[in-house]
Amino acid sequence: MNHRIKSISDLRKLRQSLRKSRDGNKPCITICAGTGCLATGASEVVERFKQEILKRHLEEKIDIRASGCHGFCERGPLVVIRPERVCYMNVEATDVSQILTETVLEGKVIDRLLYQDPLTREKITHEENIPFYKFQQRVVFGSNGEIDPTRIDDYIAVGGYQGLEKVLSEKTPEEVIETIKQSGLRGRGGGGFPTGAKWESCRKAKGKEKFVICNADEGDPGAYMDRSLLEGNPHRVIEGMLIGAYAIGSEEGYVYVRNEYPLAVANLSRAIDQAKEYGLLGKNILGSGLTFTVKISRGGGAFVCGESTALMASLEGKVGEPRAKYIHTVEHGLWDQPSNLNNVETWANVPMIIHRGVAWYTSIGTEGSKGTKIFSLVGKINNTGLVEVPMGITLRQIVYDIGGGIPGNKRFKAIQTGGPSGGCIPETLLDLPIDFDRLQEAGSMMGSGGMIVMDEDNCMVDMARYFVRFLQEESCGKCSPCREGLQQMGEILNRICEGNGREGDIKLLQDLSRVMMDTSLCGLGLTAPNPVLSTLRYFREEYEAHIRDKKCPAKYCKGLISLSIDPEKCTGCGACFKICPVDAIAGEKKKTHQLDEEKCVKCRACYEACKFDAIMIS
Amino acid sequence: MPIDLQAVCEIIERHGYQKASLIGILQDIQEEMNHLPRKALVQVGKSLDLPLTHIYEVATFYKAFSLEPRGKHTIQVCLGTACHVRGGSRVLDYLENRLEVKPGETTKDLSFTLESVNCLGACALGPMMVIDKKYYGKINTNKIESILEKYRSK
Repeated sequence: MNHRIKSISDLRKLRQSLRKSRDGNKPCITICAGTGCLATGASEVVERFKQEILKRHLEEKIDIRASGCHGFCERGPLVVIRPERVCYMNVEATDVSQILTETVLEGKVIDRLLYQDPLTREKITHEENIPFYKFQQRVVFGSNGEIDPTRIDDYIAVGGYQGLEKVLSEKTPEEVIETIKQSGLRGRGGGGFPTGAKWESCRKAKGKEKFVICNADEGDPGAYMDRSLLEGNPHRVIEGMLIGAYAIGSEEGYVYVRNEYPLAVANLSRAIDQAKEYGLLGKNILGSGLTFTVKISRGGGAFVCGESTALMASLEGKVGEPRAKYIHTVEHGLWDQPSNLNNVETWANVPMIIHRGVAWYTSIGTEGSKGTKIFSLVGKINNTGLVEVPMGITLRQIVYDIGGGIPGNKRFKAIQTGGPSGGCIPETLLDLPIDFDRLQEAGSMMGSGGMIVMDEDNCMVDMARYFVRFLQEESCGKCSPCREGLQQMGEILNRICEGNGREGDIKLLQDLSRVMMDTSLCGLGLTAPNPVLSTLRYFREEYEAHIRDKKCPAKYCKGLISLSIDPEKCTGCGACFKICPVDAIAGEKKKTHQLDEEKCVKCRACYEACKFDAIMIS
Repeated sequence: MPIDLQAVCEIIERHGYQKASLIGILQDIQEEMNHLPRKALVQVGKSLDLPLTHIYEVATFYKAFSLEPRGKHTIQVCLGTACHVRGGSRVLDYLENRLEVKPGETTKDLSFTLESVNCLGACALGPMMVIDKKYYGKINTNKIESILEKYRSK
């Protein structure tokens, strides 16, 4: 059957008829099927709902939708029952029958599946009242729950492709660029470069052809918003790229996506096929004369490929080595042609800016950073997940109001933002309003939006070592400051963590940092010292304790701790004995066990296994 | 193990003999054969008219590729920041000691390949471990043993 939509008015008619067929009062069971929930068993829950609905002949009465990520990954699988938006958490397949009978058919709420506030112990029924959601402003991410990412009709019904309609019917490419410039949209991938200005340079650049690229090589460890957008709402990204292609004058687009994200690749491929079938990709789109195609390219697992020039080299099938920045990719990018690269979240902002207008968009955010930002709030925090908040919100609001504070009555120590190029922000700066510029002033950066919370048990010297080791592995090796600098920094940090730190090591780290920041070729090396410098700036005393007192205040670093068994508490249960991977624990049943410090590799398996707190770390 | 060059040729054909698709082609070959055998790479070079050095350059640059045969099961331990602060490196330490291999290596009996990865994007569930694409979230040293047991017999 030919589904091709020939004109803008045909698309509007289709949207109207889809909306009519969607009965707002009909119960709809939405199950989050993002990667987080799938890992905790969402697909079994979906299957069981389908089976039960068939068995009870309820197909006509109840809709079921496996949607993209809802954000509250900590409590998955999540199930939301519309229209009331009753929200259930940690749902298992065995709960399905009860949910259908009691909640969907009889309208009763099942208490045990509700969210319980960790502080007030209050149970909360509706999604929008749960603190995790209540303080968010989910303008980009919110529609994930409304649509099944495998159905283009769902996206069209909730207003999808209206931005495209508007540019094709009302705006010249120059006007589109002007709108994006006025909106103040800045790149969500890390740098925060003004998107409108980038588009304008690319439009003005001369070349045989032009390319539009979506950077979905989300490499920052601890960030996964782009993955969830591509998985949960791929058409929104495609629509953003279409609008960009129209404005820039490009006929060919690429999405460079990590191969570690199989569901994102699958959902995006399907979305591209559906858009082609509807004539929203291909030739003469909606009868406007616009031609645009999108291809997917899977990354090979190199962090540096998130850098624009390395990414383009990788798209050409070469090794992903960056090149000097003075040649701009908007003029000489992929295949030496003008190329415009934005990341997933940036593209996903575009349709909404066009459709809802500049005045609406600029009403959200701060002077220099407009709109919202999606953060992945992870680490030592009660409510882990993806949160979308207006720019300008404070870290304290994110950590305590949305995130629900630190688990286990532990003390907050720092929050790490900006990925390996970012920095650690201490407790004294919790009231910092978050936007591109404030974070930079604090010695960190926005990055792609990872926010990793650390508590008193995390060692800040170890964190610096972690990021340096990460970057050392990921440095492509092309320029010496980055390759050699990281190597040396890694060695210095290693010896500090192992208890062999020397006087003068801090100064040496600072000197190395300066050289790398002055002389590296690409962003990876230029920003690589940030984790070291920011931890030195705010947690210098921890470095000094490691070097001078040979102590790790967080009791984390292996070289500076020792494990032993408290004979008073040990019951001789044998749990530590069984778990020890190196047979360092000996002892008879029901008698106090002994730990051989010589053999011990300090893996803490025994510490985690002991139910009687008999393993002591000093 | 004999190499099925027919399968290699089919993969190259599916990618339209495009030099720019080299990374995609290598990914598909690895998916099919579980590593990149030299003979397959020679065939890719011939079909795409690319020097073998270029193919090795790409195959050794990207982390996703392995030139050595891999174990029956692949264990990936996530060392993304979120998993790290929740003890991901301890999980890796434990597995290294238990399986007596370093990350990137395969056990002598070819049953497990141990890998560390930089963020699998399931940070809320950290520490995270993936065995043959199945995700195990919020793991600790206590849970690993029983998970491994499931795969030992398979």
